[in-house]
Amino acid sequence: MKYVEEFRDPSKAHALLAAIARAADAIGASAENPIRIMEICGGHTHAIFRYGLDKLVHEGVEFIHGPGCPVCVLPMTRVDEAVEIARRPGVIFTSFGDAMRVPGSKGSLLQAKAGGADVRTVYSPLDALELARRNPDKEVVFFGLGFETTTPSTALTIQVAAREQIPNFTIFCNHITVPPPIKALLDDPYMQLDGFVGPGHVSMVIGIHPYDFIARDYGKPLVVAGFEPLDLLQSVLMVLEQIRTGRAEIENQYARVVPEHGNPVSIAAMADVYEERPSFEWRGLGEIDASGLRIRDKYLAYDAETKFGIGYAASTGRTPVPEPEGCACGKVMTGRMKPTACPQFGRGCTPDTPLGALMVSSEGACAAYWTYGGARLAAE
Amino acid sequence: MNAETKPSRLRDTRITMAHGGGGRAMRDLIEEVFTDVFRPDSDEDQARLSAEALREPGARLAFTTDSFVVTPLEFPGGDIGKLAVCGTVNDLAVGGAQPLWLSAAFIIEEGTEIAQLKRIVASMAREAAIAGVRIVTGDTKVVGRGSGDGVFITTSGVGVIPPGRDMAARHIRPGDVALVNGVLGDHGATILAARGDLALSSPLQSDCQSLNGLIEAVLAAAPGTRAARDATRGGLASCLNEMAMSAGVTVALDEAALPLRPEVRGMCEILGLDPLYLANEGTLVLFVPEDQAGAALAAMHATEAGRDACLIGRAVEKGTIPVTLRTAFGGTRIVDMLVGEQLPRIC
Repeated sequence: MKYVEEFRDPSKAHALLAAIARAADAIGASAENPIRIMEICGGHTHAIFRYGLDKLVHEGVEFIHGPGCPVCVLPMTRVDEAVEIARRPGVIFTSFGDAMRVPGSKGSLLQAKAGGADVRTVYSPLDALELARRNPDKEVVFFGLGFETTTPSTALTIQVAAREQIPNFTIFCNHITVPPPIKALLDDPYMQLDGFVGPGHVSMVIGIHPYDFIARDYGKPLVVAGFEPLDLLQSVLMVLEQIRTGRAEIENQYARVVPEHGNPVSIAAMADVYEERPSFEWRGLGEIDASGLRIRDKYLAYDAETKFGIGYAASTGRTPVPEPEGCACGKVMTGRMKPTACPQFGRGCTPDTPLGALMVSSEGACAAYWTYGGARLAAE
Repeated sequence: MNAETKPSRLRDTRITMAHGGGGRAMRDLIEEVFTDVFRPDSDEDQARLSAEALREPGARLAFTTDSFVVTPLEFPGGDIGKLAVCGTVNDLAVGGAQPLWLSAAFIIEEGTEIAQLKRIVASMAREAAIAGVRIVTGDTKVVGRGSGDGVFITTSGVGVIPPGRDMAARHIRPGDVALVNGVLGDHGATILAARGDLALSSPLQSDCQSLNGLIEAVLAAAPGTRAARDATRGGLASCLNEMAMSAGVTVALDEAALPLRPEVRGMCEILGLDPLYLANEGTLVLFVPEDQAGAALAAMHATEAGRDACLIGRAVEKGTIPVTLRTAFGGTRIVDMLVGEQLPRIC
């Protein structure tokens, strides 16, 4: 595959790994006293393990897995609210495949489907809108999930629905933004991070400047990175070089895709449809101010929470559901605990019997450790 | 006179409940759509089979059954009928059996187009002729609209294992090599694309094909062949896990050696799927002693179904992980059984 293979070239990787080792040695990084770099995005976590980068880099570089998996950060309360909407008579509930297996306190969407709810996997919110056109007697709800990467697509879908005045389509909006949780992590006195690798496709939409505060206010480097192994290695090297030369800047490794100021069309569509919520609940991080998006009043007809009186629009208010006993997803997701340190990993929690979302989301850190072997291969 | 030129006795263009009711409509359907094409020897409700093939001392009967459900019913490279023949032929052949007879039972949903049903049946007859098997008995049932998905087919197959043959996963030994007859994932990727909801267009075709000829060729060239399995549902990954666990070995794969079409790799890349878990319908994995690998590969290369045959890995002493993969990048990862079904990702 052109434009993919080039970024998986083992010989180029060896040159980068050697440069990383030189930089790490120059800083004095060691296994006992490592440079801790958080890869924010779950897609990066998976690439790291798929290619075994954690084993290949200098022992003084430690990857801390961040909260950038939209399904993982969804609190159980929101999964329960999704299941509740899906179970309503006359509803077709549509979702990306990722969210289907995520457990709520009353089961997952897949289990709701087996119990008779009409739950369908779609590949795009526009597919859900097409279902609404073809089923005028049904209420079609799309599970709007994701960071700035997916938000423009649901914004555009709502704009189309409004233009066509489609009355039976809503979005259950769980869109969130990347910068607020990073600020929350940086404000946490227990988190010791030396730098960040930032999610490339989020910056494809928002550009690189929303991260300026990380360098300016916290003195930490961040490099926006692509998703192939060479992208990641080069980004790690760029972070280390900043540390070695005493700089803290926001740099763009993924310039072949990410424009400095993002994508103005996407930004305009998001601004037209969504506004900040006062706060939004995150798994493991709790309520974070201004970290979630909601549908603006002028598009409220397309807001599932309003239409069904659920979630933040419930007249009775929300009662957060506690995470299951023994589930450490919150700690793992915020980089406080490695997946394999969780007492449930591989015992009470496996992909077949997940306790938390991190084991079943395609971007979950526990799923990466499980799928690509981390702990289990080490036992060889 | 063959079925195509005879004037049709069927007045409907679609299946109705009457076609399952036991009366004249049902008889007309069975005769015109099924028995005129399959031409069983007897009008009785059973097939009467010669035991001639079993006369050789040590020969064994092999018997297998499989049900087929697929959406869409017709797809590039095949249809549910071809699948129902290939699937059961291959289930017999991978055990070393020479397939002889099949039964075919149809559950047909009210509203199914009779013309489509005829195409499916014609496709079964064609594939049966290619594989050298006969469809000797069958059944039809009609279910109400909404109770089925067009057509479901169950085929059972009987074959004969010649004396002295004993292919089984438990015979695999450390040092044996793993071979495949062709590229991986074409069927799964074709079905995904054919469902249409991905808006992907691709030149892919299902690999759906009967493999009994190929297996006979391999066994003639490499009689020490230990075991074969067709890598259908769950893909190569699930099939190898089952074989490794039965054999008590670990299978070590080499990522760079896995034969994949660029279209399949591209589709998997976009959707976040792993081609090792995509279904195949004409791809098998064989374990042979290393000194017979060359002969087995040469025998496969001489057949249409084995043109792209290659070595993908080997059995090694049993470790804690049944199947591992040496990545092209130089790392090693686990290749686990498929969990649930593969679901496309968000971003």
